[in-house]
Amino acid sequence: MGEQITGAESLVRSLEAAEADVVFGIPGGAILPAYDPLMDSTKVRHILVRHEQAAGHAAEGYAGATGRVGVCMATSGPGATNLVTPIADAHMDSIPLVAITGQVPSAAIGTDAFQEADIRGITMPITKHNYLITNPDEIPQAINEAFHLAASGRPGPVLVDISKDALQAETEFSWPTEIDLPGYHPTTRPHSKQIREAARAILSARQPVLYVGGGVIRGGATAALYQLAELTGIPVVTTLMARGAFPDSHPQNLGMPGMHGTVAAVGALQQSDLLITLGARFDDRVTGKLSTFAPKASVIHADIDPAEIGKNRTADIPIVGDVAEIIPELITAIEAELAEGSQPDYSDWWNQLNRLRETYPLGYDLPEDGSLSPQYVIERLGALSGPDSIYAAGVGQHQMWAAQFVGYERPGTWLNSGGLGTMGFAVPAAMGAKVGRPDTTVWAVDGDGCFQMTNQELATCSINDIPIKVALINNSSLGMVRQWQTLFYNERYSNTDLHSHSFPDFVKLAEAYGCYGLQATNADDVDSTIEKALSMNDAPVVVDFRVHKDAMVWPMVAAGTSNDDIMVARAMAPEWGSDD
Amino acid sequence: MSRHTLSVLVEDKPGVLARVASLFSRRGFNIESLAVGPTEVPEVSRMTIVVNVDRLPLEQVTKQLNKLINVLKIVELEEESSVQREIMLVKVKATLDTRSHILETVQLFRAKVVDVSNEAVTIEATGAHDKLEALLRVLEPFGVSELVKSGLVAVGRGSRSISERSLRSVERPA
Repeated sequence: MGEQITGAESLVRSLEAAEADVVFGIPGGAILPAYDPLMDSTKVRHILVRHEQAAGHAAEGYAGATGRVGVCMATSGPGATNLVTPIADAHMDSIPLVAITGQVPSAAIGTDAFQEADIRGITMPITKHNYLITNPDEIPQAINEAFHLAASGRPGPVLVDISKDALQAETEFSWPTEIDLPGYHPTTRPHSKQIREAARAILSARQPVLYVGGGVIRGGATAALYQLAELTGIPVVTTLMARGAFPDSHPQNLGMPGMHGTVAAVGALQQSDLLITLGARFDDRVTGKLSTFAPKASVIHADIDPAEIGKNRTADIPIVGDVAEIIPELITAIEAELAEGSQPDYSDWWNQLNRLRETYPLGYDLPEDGSLSPQYVIERLGALSGPDSIYAAGVGQHQMWAAQFVGYERPGTWLNSGGLGTMGFAVPAAMGAKVGRPDTTVWAVDGDGCFQMTNQELATCSINDIPIKVALINNSSLGMVRQWQTLFYNERYSNTDLHSHSFPDFVKLAEAYGCYGLQATNADDVDSTIEKALSMNDAPVVVDFRVHKDAMVWPMVAAGTSNDDIMVARAMAPEWGSDD
Repeated sequence: MSRHTLSVLVEDKPGVLARVASLFSRRGFNIESLAVGPTEVPEVSRMTIVVNVDRLPLEQVTKQLNKLINVLKIVELEEESSVQREIMLVKVKATLDTRSHILETVQLFRAKVVDVSNEAVTIEATGAHDKLEALLRVLEPFGVSELVKSGLVAVGRGSRSISERSLRSVERPA
């Protein structure tokens, strides 16, 4: 007979075998047996957070910054339900996440026991897969499968719920050498016929666009994308989830498409005759009114998830596979076509796009009353901290400005909640990113609304030597909602004024949490304040940038309208010029 | 909208029925009938799901079903190339006057009477959807006091088994 250990010890050994080096979590009754052996693990570092939601977002931030699986842990009932938001978030943005929860003892399951919640049932529609384990012998296999499922194919969250008695019972530990999931075979290798067809379509198109989504970052295909773009000279647009997949400084990058995209990126998609869609999913925030989206374009759609293909927009050339395999094969096929004398000419197309880009560059007006411009703050932050830093955003105006004005050159440097739009994502995600990449400067670019949803994690950062920096874009209101009230609700500002230029005092709040607290209220102080924050590395820093509250995010495609009706400023539509 | 019969092979794991059923409901599809039971392979169960849906949304829900880790295979069974059966138990009011008529109907439809009392007979009938509907129409005038159906089960015609049939793939549309 092998060595007898508890289910809890088996869980910790499993986490070690799965090479989890960090777990974010909070103990409680049902998961308590696991925390005892976790204390002795020299391989797994547990970081005690202040709220389970933050454990989940921190794991997401860790995953986004490192490309590894993020791990979070919570107890049964409320501990587990507090993980629901980050799990849903990871599901929408395809983030590899393993969530481990304690469950009430198996004999009590179904009796409405204290702190009982059916977390497996609750998370069924928001996980890639989930488990309820009541037999300690099944723990290693479940953990092994969970890590495999989270990281492979289209990444996503996997939850493993383990009953308390399974954690306490005796078992033998044996790490499975093989994964046996007969219903799980993600297609990674693309169909060669589809690749050849795509290559021909690309070279015969006159107005092609590389429509690049977050899948290119998750799939580790950014270097291949760069090569493909350089080889073909085709314009590139990078969605909110794909900022950093292709350098913003590259002349072929037209910027972000979508609701708050650049006129050039939105216009390129609308006027294109061929969308080369790589790891993107035709989200409604990109397409606008679907029936008028890119009306003349044929569609090549490459994605590892077959269910994305044809979901919103019919694909003329579907390619199921891993973008990291698809793009190199496309390059080879295109090179072969070029060698046979194919000569694509996109110069008219580029003339058209350059005209759009030059006429409607991203920009902003400075507030007339001399108060601080939020866009200016974010622009300076990107310029002074540079493209090697990581920027994690919350959700709202500051997120859009951070997507527009920071300037991204590398994958994994822009972390945000794109699909679910989770306010409060920034601080815990930045914390997780800093844990994963301690030598990198990590900024949480946050709004005053978002920040107040998760700022308790500053305590976690101070105590555990996780010196993140927070750029608080404090406009004293729920800015994006206020913008919609300005535009669509006759400037009736129902419940969007947060009064956060008065309460709380963010400098004092920062200091109370053991962080440096700085403040900037006018443009002249912005650079020096950012420089000062960059020089403070022995504790977290919070900078309260008190900005103008009437600043709006432009351009904008109003929800439910056509991309053709994009406005570059209030009541100002661009001149598209000739289509051909 | 049209009726489609999906045969879904699943791993016999706890929660798999909930996963499948909730997926249909989340994507806004009404399941007309669902039957689940064991197969020739001990750890594999088979679900027969009848849905009323257009072709494109059906393809989407099939792809989403395929993403469930416990789902092994999905095959759509066309009516003409499969045997489809449902079992129905129906309790019909019967008086001395009507009983012989009812028994005649039962014989015509090759159904059988499985229980008789003074005021009612209970009939068991097996068949495809249309046959059972037809029988019900004839029985209704007598007074149906209770009706229960099993949900459709179906199997492809010919020698090939479901495990030998290929899936519909996005790259090779049907």
